[in-house]
Amino acid sequence: MIDLIGYGAFFLTTALIFSLVTLGLNLQWGLTGLFNVGLAGFVAIGAYTSALLTTPDDPARLGGFGLPILIGWAGAMVVGGIAAALTGMATLRLRSDYLAITTFGVAVVVQLVALNAQKLTGGPFGIGFIPRPFGSLAETPLLFNLSNLAVVCAVALVAYLALEHLSRSPWGRVLKALREDERAAISLGKSARFYRVQAFAVGGAIMALAGALQAHFTGFIAPDNYLPILTFQVWVMLIVGGSGSNLGAVIGSILVWAIWAGSGTLTSMLFAPEQQARAASLQIVAIGVMLCVILLIRPNGLFGDMPRRPRLGKRAKAVAAKSGSGS
Amino acid sequence: MSLQFIVDGLLTGSMIGLGAIGVTLTYSILRFSNFAHGDFMAWGTYATLAVVSTIGATFGKVAPIAPLSFGWPLLVALVVGMVFTALLALLLDKVLFSRLRSQGQAIIVVMASFGASMALRSLLEFTFTSRPTYFSRAIQIAMPVGFGIRVTPDQIALLLLTAILVLGVHLLMTRTQTGRSMQALSQNAALARIVGIDVASVVCVTWIVGGALACVAGVMIGILVQIRPFMGFDMLLPMFAAAILGGIGSIPGAVLGGLIIGLAEAGAVQLIGAEWRAAVSFIILMAVLFVRPIGLFGVRER
Repeated sequence: MIDLIGYGAFFLTTALIFSLVTLGLNLQWGLTGLFNVGLAGFVAIGAYTSALLTTPDDPARLGGFGLPILIGWAGAMVVGGIAAALTGMATLRLRSDYLAITTFGVAVVVQLVALNAQKLTGGPFGIGFIPRPFGSLAETPLLFNLSNLAVVCAVALVAYLALEHLSRSPWGRVLKALREDERAAISLGKSARFYRVQAFAVGGAIMALAGALQAHFTGFIAPDNYLPILTFQVWVMLIVGGSGSNLGAVIGSILVWAIWAGSGTLTSMLFAPEQQARAASLQIVAIGVMLCVILLIRPNGLFGDMPRRPRLGKRAKAVAAKSGSGS
Repeated sequence: MSLQFIVDGLLTGSMIGLGAIGVTLTYSILRFSNFAHGDFMAWGTYATLAVVSTIGATFGKVAPIAPLSFGWPLLVALVVGMVFTALLALLLDKVLFSRLRSQGQAIIVVMASFGASMALRSLLEFTFTSRPTYFSRAIQIAMPVGFGIRVTPDQIALLLLTAILVLGVHLLMTRTQTGRSMQALSQNAALARIVGIDVASVVCVTWIVGGALACVAGVMIGILVQIRPFMGFDMLLPMFAAAILGGIGSIPGAVLGGLIIGLAEAGAVQLIGAEWRAAVSFIILMAVLFVRPIGLFGVRER
């Protein structure tokens, strides 16, 4: 029973960290319509920044500044936000696809830096000894897991409430207006690029915070944690939950993580150890097909309020045809 | 600095360029960036490999053509692989992309291509495992050609093949009715429809050309480097960078962009080190987006 509670707490902590990333993505995509396929890169930036700031001094690489954990988290948000703002500034005046390609590139480059800049990131071996909140409780795993869960819950709740507030604020309404009808919003005197860069930066900062949380939760990070599969998982979480809805983002994350973890346990039970790497790739196939099927059948997900409502369908088509004709 | 990087760069550039042709065509005609294009490459290569082994099992060991490392089975298999990849692209379009396209949300199609790419790649990993394989393990002796440059017969043959294919696609685009329809559709879709261009068949040709060339590029990587499920995914960023550098929609641009990126990568490998190779295309991409987002031969979107 105690084991079950412990596992439940562990599961929920991971799921809620995922939901924080998904909330960041929801701000970028769901609310503003910005397509980020390199979010693993921003999560990694947050994790590494916080790890560098808070770990004890390490002669093998730069830093290990031994700062408090909260400063690490704040640093992660700042650096993640700046990275996202720079990416946005480079691409947001261009077609939306260019942002997708550039974020994809950001993730590739972050992965390269994590692997090769040994002086900064510890290279393939990663960074260990990241201080864990309540590390002193590690003797009693249950208490440790529960207190971690409480911290992550609190952070996720704050982020959720803040984002709910933001999306109802005038700022959020501008973003929605830009998403629904860019020309009308611009004609009302709103600078599309300025608002989008802001939304993209805030989203990036939230993703970085999630990366930092994860790093301090596990105490160890390595480049392998931030492969494109992470990006993909979070996208599926958002689409399943329904883009545009913060509640959907949280629930989608927990749901998809449950499916993911459950199917992982299932494959480890069903397949022989030497076949498990192959079985794991089958898991990805299943999730990939799921993403495509949801996009085809129910693009709004469970709770979505994206502009793909039927009554707008006609107009969207007309707009697409017009822009296709070269507007 | 040895001049060897020129040959290496031209070869990498040919692979990138052949892939970038498909990317640039999908982008300009179907108006979305196809993240699954790299996986067409990998699927084409594995299909070719499968045909090669089938031929090997039926006819026994076939001697390679004089100086090259491969014989006629690979050539036959390449043609089969090209057809297979083209069909795969058409199938994916029919099942997924065309339906989403008709909903009029361009970026949803991009997302679907991202999901499809993950699924396709993992399916390869499941079937063939992630262990690298090779068309041939024979070692070729590189011939010196002066200036400290050495090339193998395979490399010369593949460079020639690239030149022929690029010329062929260029002629297709500029000298045939199909090609002119493709250009028309990419320049002004509505007007193209008004003058009665058959959009469905143009879309079809776009996927066929893109898929077949992706297969050739993949097989080139397979001959010169190795075959892995991730081989196409790793080419994605260079291909996008090449397509944007050359200017979206321009075939010569895509090839030239590919060659520039290939040469820059090979130069960077010599100067900085192989581990930073993948960053080269990102730096070039960012530079293009800041300085001249329409690329070398691009036309401003109207």
